[in-house]
Amino acid sequence: MTSLTRASSTSDVARNATRSGDSGRGTNDPRLSVEQVSYAYSPNPQQAPIFTLEATSFQAKAGEVVAILGPNASGKSTLLQIISGALQPLSGRVLLNGFVTHDLEPRIRGQRIAMVQQESQLLFPSKAWEFVMQGRHPYGRSLRFETDDDVVIAQNALAQVGAEHLSDRWMDQISGGEKQRVILARALAQQPLLLLLDEPTLHLDIGAQVDLLETLRRLALENRYTVVIVTHELNLVGEYADQVVLLQKGKCLRVGAPANVYQRDLLEQVFQTRLTVEMASNGRPRVNLLPDT
Amino acid sequence: MRPLTIGRLFLQCAILAAILFCVMVLALKFGAIHVSLYGLGRDLLRVFLGKSTEISSEYSLIVLNIRLPRILLGAIVGASLSVAGTSFQALLRNPLADPYVLGVSSGAALGAILALLIEPHLALTPEIASVFTPLGGFLGATVAIAAVYFLGRRDGRIDSNTLLLGGVITASLLYAVIILLLTVLPSSNVRGMAYWLMGELSNLPSKPLAWVLRAGFLAATAVIYTTASDLNLLLSGEKEAMHLGVDVHRVRLIVYIAASALTGIAVAVSGSIGYVGLLVPHVMRMIFGSDHRILIPASAFGGAIAVVIADTIARTIAAPADLPVGAITAIAGAPLFIYLLRRRLA
Repeated sequence: MTSLTRASSTSDVARNATRSGDSGRGTNDPRLSVEQVSYAYSPNPQQAPIFTLEATSFQAKAGEVVAILGPNASGKSTLLQIISGALQPLSGRVLLNGFVTHDLEPRIRGQRIAMVQQESQLLFPSKAWEFVMQGRHPYGRSLRFETDDDVVIAQNALAQVGAEHLSDRWMDQISGGEKQRVILARALAQQPLLLLLDEPTLHLDIGAQVDLLETLRRLALENRYTVVIVTHELNLVGEYADQVVLLQKGKCLRVGAPANVYQRDLLEQVFQTRLTVEMASNGRPRVNLLPDT
Repeated sequence: MRPLTIGRLFLQCAILAAILFCVMVLALKFGAIHVSLYGLGRDLLRVFLGKSTEISSEYSLIVLNIRLPRILLGAIVGASLSVAGTSFQALLRNPLADPYVLGVSSGAALGAILALLIEPHLALTPEIASVFTPLGGFLGATVAIAAVYFLGRRDGRIDSNTLLLGGVITASLLYAVIILLLTVLPSSNVRGMAYWLMGELSNLPSKPLAWVLRAGFLAATAVIYTTASDLNLLLSGEKEAMHLGVDVHRVRLIVYIAASALTGIAVAVSGSIGYVGLLVPHVMRMIFGSDHRILIPASAFGGAIAVVIADTIARTIAAPADLPVGAITAIAGAPLFIYLLRRRLA
């Protein structure tokens, strides 16, 4: 634990409250705090960076769903990697309950932050339950055998995403939507505070996309996760996110509720297409694409 | 949901150990000189009871002093190669990886051949002369490992793809040097060296060297085994493993060094016996699944069984001639590999 950086003593208290199950409810401390993080990538140190992410900040509480939105190459995945602690920002910092995510040792990070990647490639096939059980890895020593508790947690994780029936199926023999559920179940088995998803809807049909977002919304409330999701799906974000972080070419343009961020001029300029925005009766924005004709 | 338990692990290892024991006993029986299974059982019992003096000396010479050490050597070599293969397949995330893919065997072969070349010009005592070639092989392997590691680094860390390419290039370069050396050597040495390139178990190491081999095998395998569940996660990709709490760079370095050492040990005493490190892990994975906590010990037993059987065939099929065991493993392994490949595609 020596490698942990303590940002303040009050956040430590908040963390203990969270670990005991209260999830920071009742306090106004944000669970996730992204503070002026920036990043620059260049293939070699002598050259000017070919990609930069300019200072970006936002905060999120337990139970909130944040969407990072933007066209391709706007820096969405980079920002997500920085939040996860895998990338070190050039400046600024990301705090999860007061701890800098990049400074957490790998095992501790695995207990607090779960990441669902775009594509999960398996070299050798495994059963769905074996895959979900991997989520218990950060809680064991290197040679530990799974306990009964681990089995219960993995079963619950599968149940929470409605995939109990897939438990004994091979991962390479289930559909894309089913696979995505199992991958999500593995993240749940990590019992994280922060759940990160990188374009989880990429290979899903529209029904499975809505289903996934419904599930995330429900899980965020039930398990008090903070969920950060990277996606292009304007309407799904408008319907399900509490906060939107709008990026374009490495610049953070807006942070706020979907109803505030979804302005016709802004979205047309960012996504380079003509569209309209209307407010639905539930106060959520709806985007309609206008063909050029 | 049936997670692996210690009980199941021990049971499966015990079954494999029993099979290995039976294979070894049968391997003791077969050979150029006939030995009955009954006589073998009786005499093995005598050895265990400390009554070795009651065994006829001719018999004891053949079975206990020639066949048994060779069988034990084959078992250690097979186990080392196959644990190294399992580790490299996980480490490089490549089902075609084997212990030789990173140039370790070419390095060892070159080292051993150079040792054979230099040896006549040095006035060595018999004890040193007996370990001189294996030592050359091990040094060659170490140099190759260091060179490939250096080639495989990117931004100070091991990169799997770069490592793989570095290994393949190093192997082909060293192999070219070996071919050059073989063509300019005095003809009396060429046959011995060609045997060495194919892999053979007829040059028995001295007793102390044999113990060094066993200790080295146990130590390196134990080190790899401590990363067994990390290797399971590495199969899903480096990024995923990292997000699941694996210290990827540490695990990769440990497994790379330990698996290379295992390969170096095996190649230094037996030359390059092909296909064992490639095939045995695949067969074991089909039987036991891809959980490295069971796969690593299963591969060790499976590799030992495979090489002991192959060497028994090599000793007996054209007796009294002694064929290189590497030729047997390649002739049996290549069709088996094609079969597994087709099955996987189907």
